[in-house]
Amino acid sequence: MASERIDLLIIGAGPAGMSAAVEARRHGLEVLVLDEQSSPGGQIYRNIRESDPQRLAILGDDYSAGRRLADEFIASGARYVPGAAVWQVGEQCQVHYLLEGRSVVVQARRLLIATGAFERPMPIPGWTLPGVMSAGAGQILLKSAALLPAGPVVLAGCGPLLYLLAVQYLKAGIQLSALVDTAERRDILQAWRHIPKALLGWRDLLKGLSLLAKLRLAKLPHYQGARALRIEGAECAEAFCFSSGGKIHRLPANLVLLHQGVVPNTQISWSLRMRHQWSDAQLCWRADRDQWGETSLAGVFIAGDGGAIGGALAAQEEGRLVALAVASQLQRLESARRDHLAREPQRALARCMAARPLIDALYRPQVENRIPHNEVIVCRCEEVTAGQVRADVRFGCLGPSQAKTFNRCGMGPCQGRLCGLSVTEVIAEQRQVSPSVVGYYRVRPPLKPITLAQLASQSNHDLSPETP
Amino acid sequence: MPADSLFIQLPTDSPCVMIEFEGQPLAVPSGISVAAALLASGSRHTRSTAVSGAPRAPYCMMGVCFECLVEVDGVPNCQACMVTVSDGLKVRRQQGARALSALAEEGAHDGI
Repeated sequence: MASERIDLLIIGAGPAGMSAAVEARRHGLEVLVLDEQSSPGGQIYRNIRESDPQRLAILGDDYSAGRRLADEFIASGARYVPGAAVWQVGEQCQVHYLLEGRSVVVQARRLLIATGAFERPMPIPGWTLPGVMSAGAGQILLKSAALLPAGPVVLAGCGPLLYLLAVQYLKAGIQLSALVDTAERRDILQAWRHIPKALLGWRDLLKGLSLLAKLRLAKLPHYQGARALRIEGAECAEAFCFSSGGKIHRLPANLVLLHQGVVPNTQISWSLRMRHQWSDAQLCWRADRDQWGETSLAGVFIAGDGGAIGGALAAQEEGRLVALAVASQLQRLESARRDHLAREPQRALARCMAARPLIDALYRPQVENRIPHNEVIVCRCEEVTAGQVRADVRFGCLGPSQAKTFNRCGMGPCQGRLCGLSVTEVIAEQRQVSPSVVGYYRVRPPLKPITLAQLASQSNHDLSPETP
Repeated sequence: MPADSLFIQLPTDSPCVMIEFEGQPLAVPSGISVAAALLASGSRHTRSTAVSGAPRAPYCMMGVCFECLVEVDGVPNCQACMVTVSDGLKVRRQQGARALSALAEEGAHDGI
């Protein structure tokens, strides 16, 4: 590749990517940001620059707070390419992406992967029926298209996003038929040992408590400790069934929104064969990083939820730290100055992460909703059930990559994004070993589907100065 | 919005554009994704699966799950949540797997 003019290439314009771009520009780096969405913000601040007062009021202050960062990012002088779907990343910071049906390749000196998180799969019976969506999807419809549920909606699962969405819907005057919570009060007892440290993150704790208080005030039917979740329906969702407090419940429901936390999007880091560890606390894979966010691959960094779940504010601090490290590596910043400038984001990051172990323990997704019964589909694309995966383990299948050849799980268009964690955990349970022994799918490019014609049309990224 | 839609839209000041879904004209607000437009218009299912032909609909709305695959202006397997609506866009359900060649596609349209 001819060009070495991009100092820092950032994949993802969410809080981590935007914040890294702003900081890197302060030190004079040439920055290119590729993002798959049409406007900056990531999912947390989705559509933030186009949102109207009505939606801002419903979505609340934490969402509105993203406006300033997005504006700073746009004004930062970083080159920003929206609508860019990255389909391959090389070890030497070479990135291939699709833009308007054409493939483009760009070379950079350093790379930041800031691809954030997606929602943990929630494989329960009936979760593939039309009318069942993730809670994140419900919130994205509100942020990006001003859509709200037309009739009573069931929210089910656990985690801050689920409660936040419930509060936002209540604020919008939407009728919730129930909040079916898989967490229960006794989880708090198990989480007690995290409380002293979590007090450092008291702002987050207050936020969580105020969400739950608002839900209580709204007198919303809130079922706790829900088990045996099931969606019934022939062609689409008709009812949501569960047990809670020793009773079986069946609620009519055409729209069910599921959520049990978010997990790092590790497609790129796995495709680069980076070292990953299984996190027992967050029940997901995390790429190894040093204190600056640099991975086991020199020159390649990860910031934000794509590395480990910490939320939008932590992501911004991590993005800043990466930018400082890169500026220092590229001789734009002396290391002493870097360390001095890093103190504030490091302190802020520690505050952001203080409450995380408590949140992880409080909203740990239930085993039955991660490692489901035999009849439940785990791979939605290829319609492979947990039972098929277990049967293949009995025939000698040792891990997810091998499972592909047994039953095609993970081989559909989503490339394992929505089944990878379930398949790892189902195999680990069946083999009675840790997920770290079982491993993950061997992720390969193309990370997004690409046609041969698009591949053949590949050109270099145009680095001519942009006209203002 | 049709009565049986799962979603209603807050009043916005964005102008409408006309798209087609399975040959039916739909007036939808500009700037939103095809997936959002189809959900707002009351389409309960937007594809059938490649394995069993089961009906599916958008699930994640952020480009991860590939449940919202549709045919857009004759191009199969497009993620409806990643395509913004525009005037005259012709959308069809993705029925099963995409055809591998133009010939096979013709066969598919003939119901072979």
